[in-house]
Amino acid sequence: MQTARASLPRAAAAHAVLLAYTLIALFPVFVIVINAFKERRAIFNSPLALPGPETFSTIGFETVMSQGNFLLYFQNSFIVTLVSLFCVLLFGAMAAFALSEYKFRGNLLMGLYLALGIMIPIRLGTVAILQLMVATGLVNTLTALILVYTAQGLPLAIFILSEFMRTVSDDLKNAGRVDGLSEYRIFFTLVLPLVRPAMATVAVFTMIPIWNDLWFPLILAPAESTKTVTLGAQVFIGQFVTNWNAVLAALTLAIIPVLVLYLIFSRQLIRGITAGAVK
Amino acid sequence: MEALKLSSIKKSFGPFDVLHGIDLTVEDGEFVIFVGPSGCGKSTLLRIIAGLEDATSGAVEIGGERVDTLPPAKRGIAMVFQTYALYPHLTVKGNMSLGLKQAGSAQSEIAERVATASKMLSLDPLLERRPAELSGGQRQRVAIGRALVRKPKLFLFDEPLSNLDAALRVNTRLEIARLHRELSATMIYVTHDQVEAMTLADRIVVMNAGRIEQIGSPMELYNKPANMFVAGFIGSPQMNFLDADALHVTGAKTLGIRPEHMSIDAVAGDLACEVVHIEQLGADTNLYLKSEKIGLLTARLFGEHYHAVGARVFVTFDKSKQHLFGDEGQRIAG
Ligand SMILES: Nc1ncnc2c1ncn2[C@@H]1O[C@H](COP(=O)(O)OP(=O)(O)O)[C@@H](O)[C@H]1O
Ligand SMILES: [Mg+2]
Repeated sequence: MQTARASLPRAAAAHAVLLAYTLIALFPVFVIVINAFKERRAIFNSPLALPGPETFSTIGFETVMSQGNFLLYFQNSFIVTLVSLFCVLLFGAMAAFALSEYKFRGNLLMGLYLALGIMIPIRLGTVAILQLMVATGLVNTLTALILVYTAQGLPLAIFILSEFMRTVSDDLKNAGRVDGLSEYRIFFTLVLPLVRPAMATVAVFTMIPIWNDLWFPLILAPAESTKTVTLGAQVFIGQFVTNWNAVLAALTLAIIPVLVLYLIFSRQLIRGITAGAVK
Repeated sequence: MEALKLSSIKKSFGPFDVLHGIDLTVEDGEFVIFVGPSGCGKSTLLRIIAGLEDATSGAVEIGGERVDTLPPAKRGIAMVFQTYALYPHLTVKGNMSLGLKQAGSAQSEIAERVATASKMLSLDPLLERRPAELSGGQRQRVAIGRALVRKPKLFLFDEPLSNLDAALRVNTRLEIARLHRELSATMIYVTHDQVEAMTLADRIVVMNAGRIEQIGSPMELYNKPANMFVAGFIGSPQMNFLDADALHVTGAKTLGIRPEHMSIDAVAGDLACEVVHIEQLGADTNLYLKSEKIGLLTARLFGEHYHAVGARVFVTFDKSKQHLFGDEGQRIAG
């Protein structure tokens, strides 16, 4: 296609770069997924080969399903990720709205304080968090994880969302006030829909570290009933022997839910962008 | 009865004083326009009347009632914004009925008022559309409809025409004038455009840097500007301000003369000038002149006139239309 804005060689070059990047990014995932469907010997003999008739095996998945409570682990991961995500988005958006909409003493200071968490990793406070959880009796509960992940996700969420909320028209909010809408209605029905693309971005950035985290489940909730998938998969990694079939199968299964959530949010993201374009 | 009374309204944003004590009374049914350059505090004053912003000090009365502590929805006002501010998720009908729904009006009442407003503004074919499917002019009509439906004691407009193109601006201006006649409602209208102010207002409030410079009917402001700011702001092209001494006028610092209040002659006149530039507008001709004695000067002639750039012409002022201003720019009666 030869037009004023795009020429074939340039489009081809751009696509080649993007394609190369996609391959590099997806390659490890691809290797995990193909090897999850192979026999143990085949994994080591030819790790890059696709599973063939001789090498195909679902032994990994069978082990995962029979051993341990993988369904429970999945459920735990799901609950922790979704509830944390919900809290981060709700409280983050509310705090961002307050910071961007209301003038009050210490507004700027409060904003800086809330953004500080972006620079200071929450893991530095692990010992204090553990003490806190022990004192409140929350060790080995999903609540402990949800609280920690909410705290971990809030700074970036507030930072990104408050920037976006500043762009929402004052006139629109004022029109709502003149019509007698409460500040909550203005927030939920007028402002939130307009920052939906930003919400989707924040959701993706928040969700993935939570789903993949090993540190806090290991420290705060290692009990059998509260294990998450990432922690659960560790039982197959031993000091001397590792059940690679099971590890790869567990990891493959663990990709699916994040992928689904990501697809949901990215569709939101695209819809938000196109809605903005025709406004 | 007075529809609106402002008593010494002051407003500061932190250390910045934006309004320095505004006093104003608006009678029932009046169309009052706040006009002034950008940033002079017009919108801030309007937001204070609406209750969207708290005054630092002073009192606001609407319909004889103190409203300082009432939220916007309880003040009996309706507002039309520069950016239309329609609710993107609601249809035109939904946009127009939301305020009444919030106030708890009966379904039948809401339907009736929406129908009336939509008829007045010819919005009937648009009622089921969403704001994204409307043109700018249609959106502003819907925003006006949303205000009408509330049957407010006071209409507030904040530069409602600024985002429209020139042709639509004239149409919508006529529409607003018609609405004011038909409803005999009290309207407060903010604009930085003096043409809008002159064409719509019963009374104009000229503001500058947070102060009221003058209040009066359009012709009062045109014929008897209280100071040089008002004289320069009202009228286009701008009034000429000339050094009184150079013209041998005593008892004043500055002499003001509007471009349309002087005559041009090729042979004889009071003041010899050279034509610097000429603008032909069809209905009138603007001449930019330069005089040895007093510098640059603008003259506006009616109809078509032809003068070559560089040509020598003579200007004669209409003495009865001259304005004299003192040291502080204040008007000197005379
Ligand atoms: N929320 C605010 N915070 C700080 N300054 C403001 C705020 N709103 C308006 N101002 C200032 O007040 C002045 C008047 O603004 P405004 O009333 O919007 O002017 P106008 O509508 O006449 O153009 C401007 O100098 C503006 O910068
Ligand atoms: Mg303004």
